[in-house]
Order: sequence, then structure tokens, then C-alpha cells
Amino acid sequence: MKKVFERPKSMFPVPTHYCPGCGHGIVHRLLAEVIDEFGIRERVVGVGPVGCSVFIYNYINCDMYEAAHGRAPAIATGCKRMHPDLIVFTYQGDGDLASIGTAEIIHAANRGENITVLFLNNAIYGMTGGQMAPTTILGQKTTTSPLGRSSKREGYPIRIAEMLATLEGATYIARVSVHNPKAIIAAKRALKKAFKIQIEGLGFSLVEFLSQCPTGWGMSSREATKWVEEKMIPCFPLGEFKVPRSEKPVK
Amino acid sequence: MVGKIVINKELCKGCALCVNVCPQKLIAIADEINSKGYHPAEFVDSKGACTGCTLCALTCPEVAIEVFRE
Amino acid sequence: MGEKVLITGNEAIGEAAIKAGCRFFFGYPITPQNKIPEYLSYRLPQVGGCFIQAESEIAAIYMVFGAAGAGARVMTSSSSPGISLKQEGISYIAGAELPCVIVNVMRGGPGLGGILPSQADYFQATKGGGHGGYHMLVLAPSTVQESVDLMTDAFDLADKYRNPVMVLADGYIGQMMEPVEFKERPQKVLPTKNWAIAGAKNRPRNLIRSLYLDPEELEQHNLKLHRKYLEMAKNEVRVETYLTEDAEIIIAAYGTVARIAKTAIKMLRERGIKAGLVRPITVYPFPYETFAKISEKVDNILVVEMSLGQMIEDVKLGVCGKAKVHFYGRTGGMVPTYDEIVTQIEKIVKEEVA
Repeated sequence: MKKVFERPKSMFPVPTHYCPGCGHGIVHRLLAEVIDEFGIRERVVGVGPVGCSVFIYNYINCDMYEAAHGRAPAIATGCKRMHPDLIVFTYQGDGDLASIGTAEIIHAANRGENITVLFLNNAIYGMTGGQMAPTTILGQKTTTSPLGRSSKREGYPIRIAEMLATLEGATYIARVSVHNPKAIIAAKRALKKAFKIQIEGLGFSLVEFLSQCPTGWGMSSREATKWVEEKMIPCFPLGEFKVPRSEKPVK
Repeated sequence: MVGKIVINKELCKGCALCVNVCPQKLIAIADEINSKGYHPAEFVDSKGACTGCTLCALTCPEVAIEVFRE
Repeated sequence: MGEKVLITGNEAIGEAAIKAGCRFFFGYPITPQNKIPEYLSYRLPQVGGCFIQAESEIAAIYMVFGAAGAGARVMTSSSSPGISLKQEGISYIAGAELPCVIVNVMRGGPGLGGILPSQADYFQATKGGGHGGYHMLVLAPSTVQESVDLMTDAFDLADKYRNPVMVLADGYIGQMMEPVEFKERPQKVLPTKNWAIAGAKNRPRNLIRSLYLDPEELEQHNLKLHRKYLEMAKNEVRVETYLTEDAEIIIAAYGTVARIAKTAIKMLRERGIKAGLVRPITVYPFPYETFAKISEKVDNILVVEMSLGQMIEDVKLGVCGKAKVHFYGRTGGMVPTYDEIVTQIEKIVKEEVA
């Protein structure tokens, strides 16, 4: 029998620190697969966030920065401007990107920085123990929205993909999910497209991954993937929100 | 037998997402526990029903499953 | 003698950076340092460099982090409130041991404060304005020419120690014009940056980070940084002593105030009072020894600052009680005049005689 599925080369053969069922492990694998398939491990540079995936550099075998909370796009800008030949990605959670880092992500996109952003939206702050995030959806209970998020008190969940798609500097913006294999296959296609756009120097690309957080949501892994489908996707519709001029977005 | 999978029991954290997606229901959570104290997933395919479709491996957050096919 | 150019301090700082091989600038508008980004916004492209006006001083310092981590000669500049915004980033840069130059053209504070010159950021610059006990090497020019010379040294010192270096000027130095010579400087041999981010080709991958969850590891890391600061204290202290050999009383001042003190000293000497000046050029590492030695020869030291007393604490540490340390300061953008300093000195001398 032939081996048809194995760990991608760019991924260190080590266990992760993520909770059982967490979407980070899946997205890490997709990232490593895309790096392998483009054969760019030796010229790819990652900028990790502060959050559960602060330890991404323990899992992906390439040069990496550890960024201050929210500042990955600025660091990626400095790096990419110094090394335009390198393929630079940032990997950020919703607290990192959609809360403290909103200015950096908006302006990196607006400048059309030729980088790729992987944005993990799990509607909560995982690393610090389950607090409300800007993408926490209405009614969702967290340790800092114990009564369930209400728009009157805590405002509305931020839709980053749609927001950034209004910026002319952004070339490719998509939202995908990793809650089941079908979604994971589509997610990889979008991620590959994002990296291709950077490799071809077409400008800023971002893929928002809806990702389950069983521990933070207080659910089993299976309930969490169901919650993504039934609660998150209606609030954060999947699809391509911005594509290079020559293409039509896939809804 | 067209396909089979190998689950790395030490990497598995027993999240059971693979159990959920296997079309042939060939994966179950084992009674034994691994060194971290998780009940790992276990591949049981007495009738050789596995087609090597890789759905389990795709959904595994720990990249703990390798898939083989004829 | 090279060709002299009449130029503002801000622009001279920008040109000096270019001549020192700096090819990356990330900044943000704030008075009174605006001429630095303005100048570099057209000069850097001329030399194939990269200029970005960031969305905030915070984003700017992290662009510096990114470029420095990739091995670039990179700088940023700002004024007091902007430098406050950068403090977390500077702590990360020190923690990750990245070389860069940060220029602070100080203005009055606190809060929005004012736009006129001040020295009220001394503590922030020398005692570590961000978290975690790091230090920057801090150079304090008092003339436009010295700003140029210190900018060149700043980039070399940053690379030598893999540490952020601050050039601590003030609105006066930044905005006044003086004739300046951009001397050709021999290229220093500096350690290669094999630690830098460049794509892990034919080598293990590099990491630019500052997180050490294991306390023993973080303690070792801090001890490593500490050794660096001790090295700086041993090798990099710079201080000017002016007419101190026969001095009966010493003025301690740095930057713009030191120039004013020199005029006051000239007047005092004409009136028979032999005053001298000790001018720290590095305010970190601070010239404690110079003050220790001088306080064995004089009984009184007058510290003059454009603040209500910050460097005075370091002077006292150096003097260690062996002489009386007096203070005179103007702040908020007010600049002490030489006759105010003369009056203060005469008052001290009179009290001494009585």
C-alpha cells in the first residue's frame, strides 16, 4: 500500500500544546502543506502572534518572528520591505488581529503590503482563558461577557474579511472554515491562492479561518464543530470577498 | 482491503473528530490511555471497509493519522 | 576640512543616518521632530532606501522590529509622547536583542504637554521607559554637529551590542540651523548578522523572540543582557569636562543646557568665579566616575536641566555625598538663560562664604 497522507515536511514532528479538537492544529498543517507544495520553506518567513498560537514557531520549520500582541503586520511590513524576495506570512488570532491589532492590519492591507495573513477567528481569547473577543457573537457567553454578548453593552462582532475587502490595497480576502473535511479542503484552496498571489507579487492577501475552540466555548470537539456551522457561519459567511481584478469571487 | 490508516496514539488527544467523519465508522475511542492521559482514537477495520479516503486525516488537529491506499 | 553645510538638526540627523548606511525609516508625524521624516521621505528613495509613515508610533516601532530582525540598518524618530507609545516595542527590541536607532527630539510634557524643547524624558530614556529592566545606550548631543557624529556612532554601537540606541536631542537642537560637516567615516568592522531573518536556506531556521516561559531561561537571558550593559558602562561612557582643572564650582548639564552653561561659565570667570562644566554625552551609561572624582575637588555642584530634576539623581549617585548638589531647572518648554545660571552660582558662592 502506498502512503497517501502524511505530515508535511515543513511541520516539525512534535506534539502540539493545543487543546483537543482545536482548529489551530489543522490550519498549521494546511500552512505547512502549502509551503511544501510551493517548495518555499527556505524563503518563507512567519510572524507569530501573542495568543494560543504564540508557539507556532515550535511547529513550522522556517525563520520566524514572535510579535508583540497585534503588531505582526507591522513586523511583517518591516521584514518584507527589507527582503522583498522572501514570502512573509503572519499568523494571528482574533484578539491579536481584530482587537489590539486593528490599526496594523487595516494599514498593512491599505498599503497593499505583499504579505499573506492567516487570521484564526475562534470568537474568543483562548490563551488567556476564554474572554470575549471582538468576534464573539451576540449571545455568546464568555468569561467577560457572562450574561452573553449583547449589542447594547458590548457592541457587535467585527467582520474582518468584509471590512478589509473595502480597501483597494487588499488583493485577496477570503473567509473559510476548518470545522469539517469539506470546509478544510476549501480552506486549503483559499490559502494556496493567497500564497500564490504573494509569490506573484500581486499584493496583500488574507484568509480568515473560522476555527473551533472546544475549551474556550466549554463544549466537546464535536459540539464545537457543530457550533461553528450553526452559529458562526451565519454570522461570518464563508466565501471570497476580494479577488484580483481579473477574477470573479466564489461565494 | 483498499485502504488503511495508522493513528499515532501518543499524538492523539482523543478529540474524536475523526470518529465523527469516518464514512465507514471504523474509528472509535480506545479504553486505554496514552502517556498524556488521553483516550486515543483506534482504527478497527475487521471487514476491510476502509477506502483510504483521508477524511479522518484531514480533520485531525494533531496530524496524528497517516493514510495508506492500494 | 570638508565642506560645511548650514542645516537644521532634524535634517542633519536624517542625512547622518543615510551616510551611516541606514536604509529604512519608519515614523509618524509629531512636532518638533517632523523634519526628520519629511527629509527622509525624499532622501531615502534617492539611495534605494525605504521610508514608511506608519499608522502610529506603535506600528512604526514594530516595523523597525521587523526590519532590524531582518538585519537592516533601521531607525525611527519621534518626540516625547510618540516615544512613550513606542516603549513596549523598545522593550521587545531590547529583549530580542535587535540593533536599531531611536531618535527622541524631546518636547515639554507630561501628556500632550507642549512643542518647545525639554529634557523631561531623561528618566524614561535612561531608566528604561518600558517593562522588564532593559536599557538603551543613550547619546545626548548638544550641537547639530555632535548630533551628526553621534548618529553615526549610534548605528555602529547598536550593531556592536545588538541593542537599541537612543539619540536624545530636544526641540532646540532639532529645529535650529548650524554649519555642519559630514565627515567621511571609515566603515567599522562589525559582527555579521547570522542571527537575522533571511530565509532558512542551508542553515537551521532563525527565531527573533523574547518569550521565555521557563523562569531559569529568562533569568539567564536577563543576565546576558545585564552583562551587555556592564560592557557598555566599561567601554562606552562619554563625557566632556570643560574648564574643570582649576574650577572651584561645577555645573552639570547636558544637551542644549550645557551650551548655555558654557556661556554662563565665561561670564562667571570674568567676575572672578572659576566655574567649570561636566557634560555627560552618554546619559546611559552615565559618567558616575567623573562626578566621583570631581566631587573630591569642589564642594558644590549645580545641576541645571530643562526639567524639575532628573539627571540630578545620577549626579548624586556619582557624587555620593562628597559635595553639595544643587539644582536649577526650567521646564514646560522654558529654557534657562545664562544669566539665570550665573545668578544661581553667585548665590551658592555667597552662601559658601557666609
